[in-house]
Amino acid sequence: MSNWDRFVETFFNARVMARYWPDIVEGLWLTIGLAALIVVTGLIAGLVLALVRALGVRVLNWAIIFVVDVFRALPPLVIIVLIYFGLPSIDIAPSGFVSTWISLGLVLMAFSEEIFWAGITAVPRGQWEAARSTGLGFGETLAYVVLPQALRITIPPLTNRTIAITKGTALGSVVAVTEILGQASSAVSNSYNPSPLTLGAAAYLLLFLPVVVFGRWVESKFAWRR
Amino acid sequence: MIESFLNVGIMVQAWPIILAGLGNTILLSLMVVPLGLGGGIMLALLSTVKHPWVRYPLMAWVDFFRAFPPLVLLIFLYAGLPFAGLELGGFACVGIAFFLNTGSYYGEVLRAGIDSVPAGQIEAARSTGLSRLQALVWVVLPQAVRNVLPDLLSNTLEVIKLTSLASVVALPELLFQARQAQSLTYNPTPIVAAAVVYFLLLWPLVRLLSTLENRAMASR
Repeated sequence: MSNWDRFVETFFNARVMARYWPDIVEGLWLTIGLAALIVVTGLIAGLVLALVRALGVRVLNWAIIFVVDVFRALPPLVIIVLIYFGLPSIDIAPSGFVSTWISLGLVLMAFSEEIFWAGITAVPRGQWEAARSTGLGFGETLAYVVLPQALRITIPPLTNRTIAITKGTALGSVVAVTEILGQASSAVSNSYNPSPLTLGAAAYLLLFLPVVVFGRWVESKFAWRR
Repeated sequence: MIESFLNVGIMVQAWPIILAGLGNTILLSLMVVPLGLGGGIMLALLSTVKHPWVRYPLMAWVDFFRAFPPLVLLIFLYAGLPFAGLELGGFACVGIAFFLNTGSYYGEVLRAGIDSVPAGQIEAARSTGLSRLQALVWVVLPQAVRNVLPDLLSNTLEVIKLTSLASVVALPELLFQARQAQSLTYNPTPIVAAAVVYFLLLWPLVRLLSTLENRAMASR
């Protein structure tokens, strides 16, 4: 057997791939579901925090800033491990899926709050004052005048950050979530052949390459004209 | 609850283990940050070559490694390559994975920085007799770095946080050590301690970044 044949036999073994193909596809769907949950809950929580911060209650703002700092400073894997291995000792035992969801959701919440808040503060004060002087309330000013302008400039950084955090779903494999990497790893140990990892890698590229290219497009599309 | 998460006895017992982990996390960061930064500078300098034979493969390379979750890359190197008879060990795998992954991120940031330097700068530098590479390294790059400093710092924060992935391939950094201590003591206090150490280590950088980012967005 030539070296090339051996290479193909090892990393692109058709028999092994056919055998574990359904597992990887299952993992792919789980990854998509987990990512969707993280993106939706994380972004909503981040926006809510930023809006609360706009109210300008000092004690509340300190609390928000501290929480945001904590989840920006901690590595996501540390948060996942803390929730998954730590909470059971007070008789709360979230599954690996829930632990990963909560952890990455909190991380996305922290980063998106920062970005939303920076967007809100970037809108000139005069916009607030003008809107309020036309008789709009605080909430109306925020919803109809400030947010539409703020959101526009937050889109590029938000897109990139969301993509980066969504890729963290692979961390779930550490706490036994059967997403793509989890499925691929157990398939490798069952078949004693790394082809499932090749498949898994391909699945990640299939999922994230379009997203990365989309992020690049968003960045140029929404670039501020200088 | 205090018994579980902030157990003083266990904290005292686990402290030396955690401290050793902190040392290794710092060493690991001191290794992978320059490694990624070096890779990024190479990619960014290459991106100034506008020839299609350089430009498109370069873009594909960068997007490829940005689309790949770093943990997947690490596992592929660590668990996949040995089947091809290439046993690299956890440390080398972490080095290669970080070079490829974080190098691409640094490369993108620095490319944006180089794009932000006016073309007149390179023309003026060339006209004084500097070669193309000299002009890039001594004139354009310093200005580029200054223009994207917040993004570079933010990326560096992410890289340091990412060193926790090395625990998966059994490198004894902070998270790995904390988990060892946790399984020895049957108590999650060491993980809480590790989280606190990470927070204290990285909080100053987070604060600095937060200030820089708010300023950058406000000046638009």
